[in-house]
Amino acid sequence: MSSSLFEEVQNTPSIDIPVRRVTINVNGEPRTADIEPRLLLADLLRQGLKLTGTHKGCDTTNCGACTVLFNGRPIKSCTMLAVQADGHEVQTVEGLATPSELHPIQEGFKQEHGLQCGFCTPGMMMAAKALLERNNNPTEDEVRWALAGNLCRCTGYQNIVKAVLWAAEKMRAESK
Amino acid sequence: MYPSRFAYESPKTLEEAIAILDAANGDAKILAGGQSLVPMLKLRFAFPEKIVDINNIPGLNHITFDADGTLHIGALVRHEELEFSAEIAKKQPTIAAAAPLVADPIVRTRGTFVGSVCHADPQGDWAAAMIALGGHIVIQGPKGKRTVEMKDFVLGPYTNALNYNEIAIEAVIPAPQGAAKGGYLKLERRVGDFATASVAVALDMDGAKVLRAGIALAGVGGKTIDANDAASFLVGKDLTEANINEVADLVAAKAEPKSDHRGSSDYKRQIVRTFVKRILSANATQKAA
Repeated sequence: MSSSLFEEVQNTPSIDIPVRRVTINVNGEPRTADIEPRLLLADLLRQGLKLTGTHKGCDTTNCGACTVLFNGRPIKSCTMLAVQADGHEVQTVEGLATPSELHPIQEGFKQEHGLQCGFCTPGMMMAAKALLERNNNPTEDEVRWALAGNLCRCTGYQNIVKAVLWAAEKMRAESK
Repeated sequence: MYPSRFAYESPKTLEEAIAILDAANGDAKILAGGQSLVPMLKLRFAFPEKIVDINNIPGLNHITFDADGTLHIGALVRHEELEFSAEIAKKQPTIAAAAPLVADPIVRTRGTFVGSVCHADPQGDWAAAMIALGGHIVIQGPKGKRTVEMKDFVLGPYTNALNYNEIAIEAVIPAPQGAAKGGYLKLERRVGDFATASVAVALDMDGAKVLRAGIALAGVGGKTIDANDAASFLVGKDLTEANINEVADLVAAKAEPKSDHRGSSDYKRQIVRTFVKRILSANATQKAA
């Protein structure tokens, strides 16, 4: 049967919003998209660019699962408009590993059992990366404060902290 | 969650931004750090027709001290820039103490000092710090600049003194008379929660003697509590234990806490009393050293 029982009707938006063309450097590659200004960066990454490593947990700026690096600093990508990233650099969890090697932070999470369900892990790792770029030898206390914007509902915080300290040590050794 | 539809503008100059706001006739919102506005857009508490993103306007991200010690904080200064500023750590103890306690570390990379003040959340840390410090806000509009004292800037919860065609371009903290001392303490159930109680203390000291004292409270009332009258008890006095206890009682009496899941009203008042004592005692010890 070729005729359909259902035909979608296109609603015209009440106000005419021009689509914006943005080019964002994502994990080292320029990505161009036409987007509505209300699109959130987390949704552009996940749905638009299919980079589903960035997770949306709470969608209310609390949990930090959507943390990505914006020009090198960690941000909650559910709380930034994608259009604001135009011309800027974004790094997601997909940008951590090379095809052959895990990033020391990823290795740390593996070695120290830094994840249980893994939902918070991408955000934790990006927050940890931002910390280690500023401070390559953090104390346990400094790690805890730096990750205070990221929630783990498995409450596996002990091992997450250990994982970051493990990574810090490895990265210091590698940079020698 | 999606915000409702809006048009987006990213002007490159203040003049351009003000012209856009003026033309929008009250239907536009200014976007700086977005850490309050974007959640409000998503929850559809706010549904402006137009967003005016000021992040691409140069000249708004300065933290500068004039020769006399007056501090200027531009509209795009993020919380973490204050947290990591060596100059702030050295010269402005109230702001240095509050900065690491604002929201959480990820939010602090984006959210701005001036934006937080404009948001006028009664729980806001910076509003309390600004009132204790006797700061003011510099506002630019179509007719030029004007200045509004912090105590007059917030008209009520989430309501500030800006006209629809004006932008708060910087916060100014006056030069201290003598040495700038002070501190900030906040009790929260966990990082990022609303404060159970917070206390901002700003002192100008000449040796052991207090020349000016400002104290403000957040989390213990429907608005930021201005306890500067109570704090003025310290003016001309030393930070002795008796004086500290006296002013702590006077300030605690100013709090208007409500009992809720964060604690009873008596408990919150006691936290205020304790925090005032702790900050003042720490400053009394510092000057002896």
